[in-house]
Amino acid sequence: MRIHSMRSNSIRKFLYISPFMVLLAIFAYYPLYGWVYAFFDYMPPIPLSQAPFVGLRWFRSLVENQVKVDQLLQVIKNTFGMSGLSILFSWLPMIFAIFLTEIKAVRFRKFIQTVTTLPNFISWVLVYSLAFSMFSSEGVVNGFLSQIGLIDSPVLFLQNSDHVWITMWIWATWKTLGWSAILYIAAIMSIDESLYEAAYVDGATRMQVIRHVVLPSMLPTYFVLLMLQIASFLNNGLEQYFVFQNAFNKDTIQVLDLYVYNLAMGGGSYSVSVAISMLKSLISVVLLFSVNGLSKMLRGEGIV
Amino acid sequence: MSDNQTGLAPNAANNNRRFSKKIKMQVSTTDKLISVAIYIVFSLFAFICVYPFYSIIINTISANDLSAKGEIVFLPKGIHFQNYIDVFKIPGLWNAFVISLGRTVIGTLLTVGASAFLGFMFAQEDMWGKKFWYRFTIITMFFNAGIIPWYLTMRSLHLTNNFLAYILPSIVAPFFIILVKTFVESTPKELQQAASIDGAGTFTIFYKVILPISKPILATVAIFSAVNQWNSFQDTLLLVTDSKLYSLQFILYNYINQASSLSTMVNLQNAGSTAIASLSTKQTTTSIRMTVTIIVVAPILLVYPIFQRFFVKGIIIGAVKG
Repeated sequence: MRIHSMRSNSIRKFLYISPFMVLLAIFAYYPLYGWVYAFFDYMPPIPLSQAPFVGLRWFRSLVENQVKVDQLLQVIKNTFGMSGLSILFSWLPMIFAIFLTEIKAVRFRKFIQTVTTLPNFISWVLVYSLAFSMFSSEGVVNGFLSQIGLIDSPVLFLQNSDHVWITMWIWATWKTLGWSAILYIAAIMSIDESLYEAAYVDGATRMQVIRHVVLPSMLPTYFVLLMLQIASFLNNGLEQYFVFQNAFNKDTIQVLDLYVYNLAMGGGSYSVSVAISMLKSLISVVLLFSVNGLSKMLRGEGIV
Repeated sequence: MSDNQTGLAPNAANNNRRFSKKIKMQVSTTDKLISVAIYIVFSLFAFICVYPFYSIIINTISANDLSAKGEIVFLPKGIHFQNYIDVFKIPGLWNAFVISLGRTVIGTLLTVGASAFLGFMFAQEDMWGKKFWYRFTIITMFFNAGIIPWYLTMRSLHLTNNFLAYILPSIVAPFFIILVKTFVESTPKELQQAASIDGAGTFTIFYKVILPISKPILATVAIFSAVNQWNSFQDTLLLVTDSKLYSLQFILYNYINQASSLSTMVNLQNAGSTAIASLSTKQTTTSIRMTVTIIVVAPILLVYPIFQRFFVKGIIIGAVKG
């Protein structure tokens, strides 16, 4: 009897959360059903139910159709370029945190931390708006440069197709550097005081303390974040690249997420777009599992 | 923050205060150089982070023809506030403001409520299939179908051009659930047990015991959630074509784009001619664009200094778990 009531109690508890699980099923799991579009020749406004089934045609077109292959290669190159850059510089927030905590003037340090974290909380549209106000042909930077007589005609920073990977990396860094450093700052704050004291007693210089005390204590955090970053290698996101995209930089700015969007919403090729989306999601899952496995092997515990 | 400490601000960097009592530190020249370099680099970066905001603010209150020419660099010239009055006369802007505010308020309330309840429920020992449902929730952080499949299925659910599309998908938010669950698990178990012995049911415990003690973490969730809602752009981009449902972010994007195509056009047609650069239409695009930018960013700028510590707390709790 008692066991029965405990069981019904635990089921009742599940019933309380079930409406939320339904919401989750609809908005996070049901979209997986959208993958079926990849196997049909879907052309709106003809509904999916009347669209012809084409099997793997779209997947084959990704490797057989020369135009598509070239496009996709360029897009993959961009994706690797931008994700590669951010992984290459993934240690920056750690260095930022180390040197920030070296500042002993508390108020100055807090000010720097507050100010550099701010950009993380504005949207990419706003970042673009700021970028536009600063760097467009009639923007502040061009105004300033021509005022002091350095240039005669405005420099077209934003319509430039060169260095797009680097400028995108710079904007992302501007937006997130201060915020990403917070985790490392927390790690530094939790370092045992006696470690510092021991180091100073041994006559260590400041840089030696950083190298032998501070840095090692942050490496576990760094490792986990790096692994997560590698796992989301293909997911650059859409917004940043979408807002900065224009006719001039389109070739070098299209990452997978943006390409998929442009194909469907710009070109109406929903089915191909879904096919690429699907491959991307599957590869991402494989990446996540590999990285998780690697982490288990190296440090005995997974990252997720 | 105590004031007497900051009195020795400039030279304090040379002096590791933490240990100065115990060990007389040898301050070498290299250490001094490092300190100076640190101050310079961080000051520069802070300037780069703040200046764009500052610059746009002073431009919106300066004479529009000067600001269109990019002549307002460090100080405002010809101060006036007409832009902020005029900008609300633009058809659609007030409406977009209401939409953004509405989705922020309603969305945040629902997300906070759901995160609190689910975080509490997932901290319960005896829920049927607890482990499975928790995983079912968390996995969605790492895996999604992709935006186009998402768009297609949302459309089939008639959530295009529908205000609910701004609210419903964000109600169950795995990251916030983790935050609350971690917090609830860190509170003494006896609190819940005592209430349970007194005959309180699940909802009563949630409402009378958990909600009051979870206020700090719920504040964090509320701030994160409100910022997300206010900043959200992609859902409007994908799901909304009805201008009555445009959010402020989306309207701002449209204004920048108009200005962009306009200026590009003018630049290509009249390379180097400054007479064209002061066209009145061009001025208004600049001033409108900047003023709308400030209106869109103002809530964040106002709220941010007050709630900064909640953000910090949130990411640290989240990281301990994640």
